[in-house]
Amino acid sequence: MIIEFGHFALILALCVAMLQTGLTLRGAARNHWGMMEAGRMAALAQFALIALAFATLVHAYAISDFSVLNVAENSHSDKPLLYKLSGVWGNHEGSMVLWVLILSLYGAAVSWFGDSMPPRLAARVLGVMGMIGVGFLLFILLTSNPFLRLSPAPADGNGLNPILQDPGLAFHPPFLYLGYVGNAVSFAFAVAALIEGRVDAAWARWVRPWTLASWCTLTVGIAMGSWWAYYTLGWGGWWFWDPVENASLMPWLASTALIHSSIVVERRDTLKSWTVLLAILTFSLSLVGTFLVRSGVLTSVHAFALDPRRGVFILLLLLAAIGGSLTLYAFRAPKLESGGVFAPVSREGALVLNNLILVSCAATVFIGTLYPLFLDAVGGPKLSVGYPFFDRTFVPLMIPLLVAVAVGPMLAWKRGDLLGAFQRLWAAGIAVLVALLIGFYLTWGGPVLAVLGLGMAAWVGMGALVELAERLRLFRASWQESWRRALNHPRSAYGMTLAHLGLAVTVAGLAASAFQTENIALMHLGESIPLSGFTLRFDGIGKHDGENYTADAADFTLLNGEGAGERVVAELRPERRFFPLQQQTVAKTAIHTNLLSDFYVALGDPDGNGGWAVRAYWKPLVPFIWIGAIIMALGGAVSLSDRRWRVGVASRRAAKGALPVNGGRA
Amino acid sequence: MNWRRVLFLLPLALFMVLAVYFWAGLSPDHDPSLLPSAMIGKPEPVFNLATLDNSGALTTDGMKGQVVLINFFASWCVPCREEHATLMDFAKISSVPLYGIAYKDKPADSAQFLASLGNPYKRVGLDQDGRTGIDFGVYGVPETYVIDKQGIIRWRHVGPLDADAIAKELNPLLQSLGGS
Repeated sequence: MIIEFGHFALILALCVAMLQTGLTLRGAARNHWGMMEAGRMAALAQFALIALAFATLVHAYAISDFSVLNVAENSHSDKPLLYKLSGVWGNHEGSMVLWVLILSLYGAAVSWFGDSMPPRLAARVLGVMGMIGVGFLLFILLTSNPFLRLSPAPADGNGLNPILQDPGLAFHPPFLYLGYVGNAVSFAFAVAALIEGRVDAAWARWVRPWTLASWCTLTVGIAMGSWWAYYTLGWGGWWFWDPVENASLMPWLASTALIHSSIVVERRDTLKSWTVLLAILTFSLSLVGTFLVRSGVLTSVHAFALDPRRGVFILLLLLAAIGGSLTLYAFRAPKLESGGVFAPVSREGALVLNNLILVSCAATVFIGTLYPLFLDAVGGPKLSVGYPFFDRTFVPLMIPLLVAVAVGPMLAWKRGDLLGAFQRLWAAGIAVLVALLIGFYLTWGGPVLAVLGLGMAAWVGMGALVELAERLRLFRASWQESWRRALNHPRSAYGMTLAHLGLAVTVAGLAASAFQTENIALMHLGESIPLSGFTLRFDGIGKHDGENYTADAADFTLLNGEGAGERVVAELRPERRFFPLQQQTVAKTAIHTNLLSDFYVALGDPDGNGGWAVRAYWKPLVPFIWIGAIIMALGGAVSLSDRRWRVGVASRRAAKGALPVNGGRA
Repeated sequence: MNWRRVLFLLPLALFMVLAVYFWAGLSPDHDPSLLPSAMIGKPEPVFNLATLDNSGALTTDGMKGQVVLINFFASWCVPCREEHATLMDFAKISSVPLYGIAYKDKPADSAQFLASLGNPYKRVGLDQDGRTGIDFGVYGVPETYVIDKQGIIRWRHVGPLDADAIAKELNPLLQSLGGS
């Protein structure tokens, strides 16, 4: 009964979304306040209804109601509660409901905070978001309905893929979707601006918080996914250039470009049509990613269950959303140009360079990911071009980008002084030299490119610090003066420094991965193997039972030093978990980290004679990859807290003279 | 319509081309493995590859006089993972030797790939620079070739081998060649 309630709520949400679209768009066209206001209420109602539908689905999973087909197919009564709940979005249908839930959450947020915007712009944004909602709600109800019943109900369910039963993955999709779907807001702003035919600094200021918020969550989501792959798959890899991973990387690259180009629109009132195109592109890439993952067009280890009907439906959605917005763009965007001119060497110029490179990166990933599809269409097969392609195309693009990251913020708007910028970056230059010297000293004869990568990381990191020191006039003015400047330095600028520092940390982690050492051996009880100057001893093996699996658990001791000086560094307990329901074995790796490097041990198969295959790795700086990503997201969050996004609100209201400065709901 | 307007139409035009490809990708009657090869009926390219277990070189001459299967694979290739179980089953029941060529792959990664998923290959040659792959006309991995007793390429399968292709095409061919 409860699940029918949810089903009904979702159908009602579809009606409300249609209403929202009609009321807001028509209200904005006729400048009818009442219709626009009703449309805003509809956005709130849509969120409430989808939240209700989602809650009934969660409830069905929590109580293991196997009379619901979706629950029976994807859950099992033995599963720990956490994975029963995360199972809601661990399958195609449920994850689509999460998708529209987040879309409607953003819609409700735009409606709630929309007071600060011109009512017609807010109404049009909500209208576009309503259309997207209608499309995806129809998609769920017609092709991917999780509320269908199964009769007679089975005694138990099929369970969730054991590899997905992991806390890291339980929270990965919600973050990823917050990022993906957040791009829908920027997209809606872009389309609304095209309808109005006006893009200005104020528009850039209103759209920026949404872009930043979705970028932050997408960054966290991608980092979580990569971390999960690292510790779960037992290979020690953290990025496989898999189509599903690429599907999340492409919108990330595009939205990184968007964050940067919208600064130019805000400050210099130029690059407008480009920024609008980027906003469309970013969301389009999110949609294409959804299409690729769910249509079976590409082969992937993560792909959802396939159904050609779904593929056709999503393709139609793509045609409507991307084709429609690009058509609008083709006719409206030529009118947007104007604004300030700038020299090639200037802050704007550097941001354009940043955009060009990031978009090229996205295009590279796009071509590499879709290459199999292009071949397929001309009669070719399903193939993957794999990492050799990406290594050779993506990495060379990153080098000029990293050089520019440090220089760009040092340049003045309109016309910059390149030589001067490099001169002021002398400290960063020294940092690069030191990094290179240390790198080559420690790893002489090792991978040269990796040491250069560490040099790039030092350049980006030190460059960010030098830029901050310059702004605060650190070491030049008195301490009091610098302190005063530090207090007045805008949060968005601190955010940039943090995000660039995060990038440096991630780059260091990526570069250093070339120095990893590994030891793959067949080990018997009591044996030891060397691992990068340490010793790994195999102490014991036992069995233990989990809630829905049985495991072989091994005891390893990591030792440092020899003979009498030997001491224990860490105990490592990797497991091999067998899930009887799915007849599947999953490795549970053991990782000892000191945040500078990881010792990584995975237990393989037994040989039947008391020997166990053991894969052990030493991975220097690998935690930096994710720490850097978290710092980047933190930078975005700090930037998001900048007063500027709220000051615009206050001044506009003060100008109208109708509301107190701190009034309203914002 | 001036050139500037055309420029603004470009994104739409590109997307439309892409949409056609997407549409083609969805078509169910599209058989990806039917790809004629210019190499069929020609002698197998000459190669001399280092092997994964350092057991001497894997060469064209070493295979002469018997029907063999050559499978190009790589640890970084997702379809190869999908194909692997099929190859394992094939190696268990078939007497035709299956040779692997690790295409543009680091030896350590290939070794790890086979250690964790099992090794269906009689021997594994290392084609790290992809040179042998180019000689064979490999588009990408995985690809499988049948070489007859005279060293002539008789069959090529592009993309992952599946039970269907083995039952309907490969096994009849191997029987007619006198391989099994």
